[in-house]
Amino acid sequence: MSVLTFLAQQPEPVQRVVDTVTTGEAVAFWVLGPLALAGALGMLFARNAVHSALWLVVTMLSLGVLYMIQQAPFLGFVQIIVYTGAIMMLFLFVLMMVGRDSSDSVVEVIRGQRLAAALLGIGFAVLMVGSVARALTSVQPKGLAEANTTNGGNVGNIGTKLFTDYLFPFELTSALLIVAALGAMILAFVGRDGKPAKKTQKELVEERFQSGKRVGSIPGPGVFATANSVATPALLPDGSVAEESLFELIEATDKSALSDDVAEVAGTGHQPDPHALKGSES
Amino acid sequence: MTKNLAAEIGDTAKLLADDPIWLILIKVVGIFAFLVVMTLFMINWERKVVARMQHRPGPNRVGPNGWLQSLADGLKLAFKEDIRPVLADKWVFFLAPVISCIPAFLAFSVIPLAGKVSMFGQETSLQLVDLPVGVLVVLACSSLGVYGIVLSGWASGSPYPLLGALRSAAQVISYEIAMGLSIVAVIMFTGSMSTGDIVNAQANLLGGVVPGWFGLLLFPSFVIYVVSMVGETNRAPFDLPEAESELVGGFHTEYSSLKFALFFLAEYVNMVTVSALATTLFLGGYHAPWGGEFMNTGWWGLLWFILKTLAFLFLFIWLRGTLPRLRYDQFMKLGWKVLVPTSLVWIMAVAVIRTGAIQQLSTAQRLIALGVVVGLVLLVSFLLPDKKVSDTKGVPLAGSGFPVPPLDLAVPKSAPKRKVKVANIPAEKAAVTTGKEAE
Repeated sequence: MSVLTFLAQQPEPVQRVVDTVTTGEAVAFWVLGPLALAGALGMLFARNAVHSALWLVVTMLSLGVLYMIQQAPFLGFVQIIVYTGAIMMLFLFVLMMVGRDSSDSVVEVIRGQRLAAALLGIGFAVLMVGSVARALTSVQPKGLAEANTTNGGNVGNIGTKLFTDYLFPFELTSALLIVAALGAMILAFVGRDGKPAKKTQKELVEERFQSGKRVGSIPGPGVFATANSVATPALLPDGSVAEESLFELIEATDKSALSDDVAEVAGTGHQPDPHALKGSES
Repeated sequence: MTKNLAAEIGDTAKLLADDPIWLILIKVVGIFAFLVVMTLFMINWERKVVARMQHRPGPNRVGPNGWLQSLADGLKLAFKEDIRPVLADKWVFFLAPVISCIPAFLAFSVIPLAGKVSMFGQETSLQLVDLPVGVLVVLACSSLGVYGIVLSGWASGSPYPLLGALRSAAQVISYEIAMGLSIVAVIMFTGSMSTGDIVNAQANLLGGVVPGWFGLLLFPSFVIYVVSMVGETNRAPFDLPEAESELVGGFHTEYSSLKFALFFLAEYVNMVTVSALATTLFLGGYHAPWGGEFMNTGWWGLLWFILKTLAFLFLFIWLRGTLPRLRYDQFMKLGWKVLVPTSLVWIMAVAVIRTGAIQQLSTAQRLIALGVVVGLVLLVSFLLPDKKVSDTKGVPLAGSGFPVPPLDLAVPKSAPKRKVKVANIPAEKAAVTTGKEAE
């Protein structure tokens, strides 16, 4: 709860010294930082795909809380809602569809995939190191105190930026997402020959009635019969035996093998004996 | 109203900022106790009300009038055997109920239960925290709570829970969109996402008569929120992830003992939380419906808040007792084709109205804007193609040539009674007969 109460405090309008780190911030960082790192490593080394996804969720949650502590509560909660709540959930959705026992195959399907991956990975690492190095040396931190107090606060400022300076990238991103969604729909709904892949409910019903097979359910044993044993056939309303209700295994068994059961069900066989509980005396 | 509002923004947050640590602890324990007691109460209340709706007495044995039944059931659950299926994923199976339970409790921390009160000589507000993004906390918690359901379904290693989990994932994601959109209108009117500010913005009476609740001002948003809140909590008629007639128990089929109790607890706590959020956003939170200053001061607020929340909880029970479960495609159609588009159009309308109010247009300009809007609506309605009227004269056939009774079939008044002929089977052979013997 201390994190939440910490968040609840409004930042002072006075510009704070940005270089100092408060105790709460340091504690939160040293808890969340290792957690995020552990999540990332776990994601890489987990064997099961769903476990991998869960480790990634841990990383995302830690990052979200870190954002909140660094005076960006809106960003933090949106990170949780959008990334962990929606995107990772869709990932999990797909992973579950695939099945829980399918593990990654180590056979290389696309030629040169590993080489390309290694090159891109090294390139990305160089970029990361470069940007972090620049952030640590030449960038002067400005702090969020001004952005969080003036002109409608944190959320208001993000909104203003998004719908003025960054409107074009924002709209482009949304267009890209819509195209992707439409493409996925078209791929999912149409079969290879251009016809819809799934039959409608009406078509299925008509097919079933035209097949000439029995449409209703098969009568169970014991329906309109004199006993509810599996071996008792169902009787039709006119008293004749419904052949469909006969159980193949019992029909195929020699009748003498069932004589004990017959006797028991008919009530003519071995009667329950109260003395039987005493053991050898009976 | 707007000027008054600006002065009040951030008041609750300032009041809460200098809470001592013991007061925060008291509030945490108080909220936890409130939610657990509400759960016990809700289970009993639900069983009793549904029973009344079905003309039966309901639980009436344990405790006074049966009100301790849920407590007894809860204690019993704790002592049941804890079963883990062989195919279950050990850690995820254990984690899932915990994950579903914690966010449910966490979400309640931003709900304002009452206004300014004095507790042991300390002035405070009856609310744990008042974040500048308070409403988002509830959304974030509900999106984390789904993980519990989805993971429990997957980790059980059995098909019915998996189906329930898949349904639940799709359901909660789509209804969270509608829920978020319905909240947007409220945020636009208040100009803040903090729950404290939203409640304060509804304090005034409109024209001195009607309470200025957003539930009345933004009625479409209110309706959309109420529908999506039922969908979000997996309650009847939207209880598809645990549809007992289709999926046995849904996602919690394989769970027993305390783990099952945690799922149960999470479901009811979630119900209380979304009801409390509905009260906060749309029914003026802890403000008295009518009445003067006195009714709004101090601990009175808690009474109004609980009464309003109970009204929503009764709605949940009422829906469960009344409506049959929706089919899955109908449910998705309602979410994506009705709730989301309606929300979007309504948000546009609210944005236009707000802009008009802020820029203080003249009456002539407002009338022109209204005229343009009406003209556009008319134009669109003319351009829409007419719905095809289906041919009602022919009798529809289920299959080609399959006999179907005519639509205007007159049912005869009383069918002649006929005795069913019973097979004549000897008593000693009655138990086991083959088909040939009976003939």
